[in-house]
Amino acid sequence: MFSRLRNDFPILDTRVGESSLSYLDSGATSQKPQCVIDTFTEYYSQRNAAVHRGAHSLAVMATDAFEAGREAVADLVGGAPEQVVWTKNATEALNVVALGIDRASHGFGGEAAQCFSLGPADSIVVTEMEHHANLVPWQQLAQSTGAQLRWLPVTDAGELDLSDLESIVDETTKVFAFTHVSNVLGTINPVDTLVARARQVGALVVLDACQSVPHMPVNFVDLDVDFAAFSAHKALGPTGLGTLWGKTDLLNSLPPVLTGGSMITTVTMEDSAFMDAPQRFEAGTQPVAEVAAFTTAVNYLAEVGLEKIFDHERELAGVLLDGIAKIPGITVLGAADNRIGTVAFDVDGVHAHDVGQYLDSQGVAVRVGHHCAQPLHRRFGVTATTRASTYLYNNTEDCEQFLAALAEVRPFFGVQ
Amino acid sequence: MSTQMQQLYQQVILDHSRSRIGNAALLREGAAGPHGSSHQINPTCGDEIELEAEISDDGAIAVRWSGDGCSISMASASVLSELASENSVEGMLDIEAKFHELMHSRGTIVGDEEILGDAAAFSGVSKFPARIKCALLSWVAFKDALNQAQTSLKE
Repeated sequence: MFSRLRNDFPILDTRVGESSLSYLDSGATSQKPQCVIDTFTEYYSQRNAAVHRGAHSLAVMATDAFEAGREAVADLVGGAPEQVVWTKNATEALNVVALGIDRASHGFGGEAAQCFSLGPADSIVVTEMEHHANLVPWQQLAQSTGAQLRWLPVTDAGELDLSDLESIVDETTKVFAFTHVSNVLGTINPVDTLVARARQVGALVVLDACQSVPHMPVNFVDLDVDFAAFSAHKALGPTGLGTLWGKTDLLNSLPPVLTGGSMITTVTMEDSAFMDAPQRFEAGTQPVAEVAAFTTAVNYLAEVGLEKIFDHERELAGVLLDGIAKIPGITVLGAADNRIGTVAFDVDGVHAHDVGQYLDSQGVAVRVGHHCAQPLHRRFGVTATTRASTYLYNNTEDCEQFLAALAEVRPFFGVQ
Repeated sequence: MSTQMQQLYQQVILDHSRSRIGNAALLREGAAGPHGSSHQINPTCGDEIELEAEISDDGAIAVRWSGDGCSISMASASVLSELASENSVEGMLDIEAKFHELMHSRGTIVGDEEILGDAAAFSGVSKFPARIKCALLSWVAFKDALNQAQTSLKE
């Protein structure tokens, strides 16, 4: 099945100089199947209209397309369609939560929002392996409210160090935000253990699911998280669209940060009342075509099956890790067994940028740099790494093309 | 190996990236002559350089720097240090302007070796838009540091 579905992705036929393309940068953004690309044309040529306003037929069709996206996402990750809020990207989704809590801490949202209120006696807990998108907003929130920011450290094996979990996440902890899967190490974190601790102390759980939802079966209801964020573009969908998933009562009491049209019930010159989620967080014109395209992507993923995708990528991860281990001078960051097909590594004597440049000359696309996770890199004593990350359309040949090129990097730069 | 890669990673660049001229501890207040220092960072990749420029009584420039980055950024700092030791302040400002122009030429200009020395080897870098910043990192730091040194010279 996986060898056949590769043909659904036209960009994979691209030639890079004299080489075929080995695209191993899906951790940054995924490629799109033809059906997702076609949805844009289909939407704009047949269904385009403003959603949630106007009574004409096209407006109804556009609104249906927009709302069908929520149903598809809810089928994929659990919960009801109204628990699915569209945002610009996952970063915005995480900011909507952090800034909403900030507003609640400053008296917005009335009594209903007081459950979110933070002060100097409270703490926010994150981890050392967060993407900046799930770190910087919490730093900002801590600075704004006086709450203390704490973090769970990472072990040499690239897993969360849970030995001090009970003292780091304690009775003062009001928010516990962590990533489901590390975007650098590929490590899958033990969400159940972390959520269980959060429940003991009554902390809100915010899950960064950007690297999990596209690659493995995820159900936010079963995981019992309060909020979760992920992006469409990493899951075969378009850029410009993210998802904030939340528990209904929490979404409905969280103060919105973007206000204006389409999110209100009554507006007077003095004040306004807001709608319930999801519209509560969707002020202004929404990315309807993107939602329609993402719906196609979600249906595509569901049809292939996330369980199968996970197994396929596990196999590719094995090929990558076994192959890298045979090349002298390469050190992989982390060694978690429970992982996805994301592998970051250091090449002794060659900077990641130069590694990436050489791999590109051999048709291999990887990410180089700190991957928006500077503290994690610092923890491993490096400023930049090279990262290969797989997806459902990759095959063993992609991995072998990468490994053959990687073996030539140190010789090319004259490092013995 | 593609010609583009050979143009990018010319031997002279690889050599400079390995044996780095000017890669030495900053003297800061210990410097005898008027001096300035600048810390530059490339936020997309984390490449970093701290560079000090000192002007001595006879008008010669000394450059010292420490940094962490790719072969292009490290080689560029090394080449810059070598050129600074061979040129006057005015000469270096002229070279800096010409190097800047070369880096933004998208490969349309051939660097003049008479003026640019080993820096002419970076003409291939200008065809790689993602790497231009790497080549310019130390030059941005140098311009800033030299400007400070000149200011304190006038005071």
